[in-house]
Amino acid sequence: MLQVSIALVPGILCYAWIMGWGVILQCLLAILFATTLESIVLLIRRIPVKAFLFDGSTVVTALLFAICLSPYAPWWANLAGIAFGVVVIKHCYGGLGQNIFNPAIAGYVFTLLCFPMELSIYPDPGNYPGFLDTIRIINGNFPHYPDAIAGATVLSTLKSGLHDMKMISEISQSPVFGVLAGRSTEWIAALWFAGGIFLIVRKIIKWQVPVVFLGTMFLISLVFYWFDSSHYPSPVFTLFAGGSMLAAFFIITEPVSSSTTPAGRLLFAAGTAIFAYIIRTWGNYPDGIAFAVLIMNFSAPLLDRLTRPRVLGER
Amino acid sequence: MSSTDIHSFHGGLKLETYKSLSNNLSSLISPLPDKIILPLKQHIGHPANPLVKIGEQVYKGQIIAEPDGYVSLPVHATTSGKIRDIGLYSVPDPLGIKAPCIVIEPDGMDTWIDIRGVDNYLEMDPVTLQNRFRDAGISGLGGAGFPAHVKLKEGTQTEVELLIINAVECEPYITCDDRLIREKPDYIVAGTRMILHAVQARKCIIAIEEDMPDAVNALLPLLDDDIELVKVPTIYPQGSEKQLIKTLTGKAVPSGGLPIHMGIVMHNVGTAAAAYRAVSRGEPLVSRYITVTGCIPSPRNLQVLIGTPVRHCAEQCGYSEKSGNSIILGGPMMGTLVQNMHVPVIKTTHCILIRNKLNQGTEMPCIRCGNCAEVCPVELLPQQLYWFSRSSDHNKLKQHHLFECIECGCCSYVCPSNIPLVHYYRLAKNEINQRDLSITKASESRYRYLKHQERLKHEKKKKKLSVEQLSISGKPNEKKAYIHEAVRRGRAKRVKKQQVRKDQKDE
Ligand code: SF4
Ligand code: SF4
Repeated sequence: MLQVSIALVPGILCYAWIMGWGVILQCLLAILFATTLESIVLLIRRIPVKAFLFDGSTVVTALLFAICLSPYAPWWANLAGIAFGVVVIKHCYGGLGQNIFNPAIAGYVFTLLCFPMELSIYPDPGNYPGFLDTIRIINGNFPHYPDAIAGATVLSTLKSGLHDMKMISEISQSPVFGVLAGRSTEWIAALWFAGGIFLIVRKIIKWQVPVVFLGTMFLISLVFYWFDSSHYPSPVFTLFAGGSMLAAFFIITEPVSSSTTPAGRLLFAAGTAIFAYIIRTWGNYPDGIAFAVLIMNFSAPLLDRLTRPRVLGER
Repeated sequence: MSSTDIHSFHGGLKLETYKSLSNNLSSLISPLPDKIILPLKQHIGHPANPLVKIGEQVYKGQIIAEPDGYVSLPVHATTSGKIRDIGLYSVPDPLGIKAPCIVIEPDGMDTWIDIRGVDNYLEMDPVTLQNRFRDAGISGLGGAGFPAHVKLKEGTQTEVELLIINAVECEPYITCDDRLIREKPDYIVAGTRMILHAVQARKCIIAIEEDMPDAVNALLPLLDDDIELVKVPTIYPQGSEKQLIKTLTGKAVPSGGLPIHMGIVMHNVGTAAAAYRAVSRGEPLVSRYITVTGCIPSPRNLQVLIGTPVRHCAEQCGYSEKSGNSIILGGPMMGTLVQNMHVPVIKTTHCILIRNKLNQGTEMPCIRCGNCAEVCPVELLPQQLYWFSRSSDHNKLKQHHLFECIECGCCSYVCPSNIPLVHYYRLAKNEINQRDLSITKASESRYRYLKHQERLKHEKKKKKLSVEQLSISGKPNEKKAYIHEAVRRGRAKRVKKQQVRKDQKDE
């Protein structure tokens, strides 16, 4: 789990370089909230705090949550999401190993539903508020700094552009677009990819899951792109925009809330990719990864049952 | 050299072997210990019945307990001396259970009882040869210790296609088979031929690991066309019976089945060497090779008498009691931790492993990673077995083939949550066995009770019957007698009255 945190660091740093102090502060806040809440719950449940806190899964949950959160969301949004993820999703379901849903993602979706406004604010890449302003914004004073944080993500730009009946070739003239996907943000995606490769090399995660996820996403988007390239983004864009890379290597590889059988895990990956694409393309939210993950979390027990490996002698 | 194709089995692990710790030095013959403890049950099956009394003088090779039933073997004194005790002692048992043992105090002479070998075993009838193995107390010297004669005898009832002599020592640290082959290749090859004659197998393979080149070189010059030497990949648990059969034949032993159902008989190299001694010299199985290794000044292989206390072996290799050391009987994967250094070496003990503090991290909850299922060589679902063991769901455990688990420890080894899975399986197996036992006991006593009830009913019926018979036949008589009596009494009264009246008249 420590290695997972390490693999996240380059991406987080790059994210902070593009989006400013908010990223770092949200990460630190999330870790603080998560470890505190986790310790309290462990104490109440009379579980040895030390071993369970230091297995590192809490920190990974906190980091993943903070990355999903918008960097300039108020601190209570952060706390609410962590509290929901750690206390309700993780511990009310029985603690480490028992949770049906991925705590980070469940926490994020909870915040997204509770505070849609606060979570939709992103600065323009490179043009972010200073450190003190950031603290003020996170402290809840964002209305005073509307200009600095009025930016949009590449996916929301695409969505609203398509909504206004524009063609992708037009929309991609927007300054938020870069070479592959979002200007600058595509770099973050590239670093998630690099972190993922590190985890595969260190044998922390297995390569099959991300490959199936990215492959499925690539194929679906290729089909639609080939069908109508003016209204459906290219496969490369799909892979590098939004949370695709992060999900591929860090979220759907989380074992507890995924299927436990080898075949089940692959179906889990493919299913997440399909739902993510559907929600992203035809849903109301710019990015669908989080919802897709929850849907698949929900179906994991079913996948387990359907793909139970043959046991010896049952052939 | 090898015409046999090598297949692979599911899962398994590539492990650091640590073999060079102990396999470079020749083995030592261990001096006599001050007591020999011989469990009456050293293998699967029934324990033997003691034939000697406390204080009796016995000789090396003398039968001191006789087999009880088919799956049982005689126990031989492994040295000469006096019987000191017959009672419960700690034995190598994963659950630390005490078992009946015979204790011999050696007299230091190590005098053999009169033994005689056979000159030409090829003239012997296979069944006679098998009985000779049985009389020599030979059980499998590998893991489970199935009495060899049972495996052999099964051979005559079913056509035996293939005899496999298993020289695959797949667990790390253990080198006793390696040393045995290097030091006594002639015994092994001769013993193999004897077993071959006893089971009348069509083909014979000695399977050996790739990383045992010296052993291969020792065996090769002695082999003819009758025995094939097959090198198998070094992957744990290659030496396990069903996995090795899969590797050599590509076929899986069916669940719940035995290799013999596929026409295969497997024996350990140690068994082959013991067979040689039993046939050509008439020596029963009284000693074996054992590896003493791990965190110890001079790791080495020893030739020890069966029944030698573990401490005696360990001390010869420089072991001194230190706090924090743990003693494992067997290898690091399948061995069992012993609390007590006085337990004896038995026929199936192949290694004494001394480890520094075991740093098994804290046991954490299962995170459903599925690593365990990936390495399980039996293709079980260790994670599910773990859940069912924890909830004591015996039916589910049986459905998920808990009893096919060979306790190889691969699953525990890869578990990122440090769950001692095998430990849970052993407990569960024990629980189920106990329950089944009590069920059989209960059903036996229920059966007895019902029988008893039936008998009681029967007896009652009989009694009632006789009473009824009596009343049927007796009633009229009684009536008659009653009436008769009444009439008689009445008559007597009347007579009396008349008499009285007569008397009054007379007055
Ligand atoms: S110990 Fe049993 S369950 Fe675990 S890997 Fe070995 S055979 Fe499979
Ligand atoms: S290896 Fe351990 S943590 Fe992983 S599924 Fe198996 S029992 Fe659970």
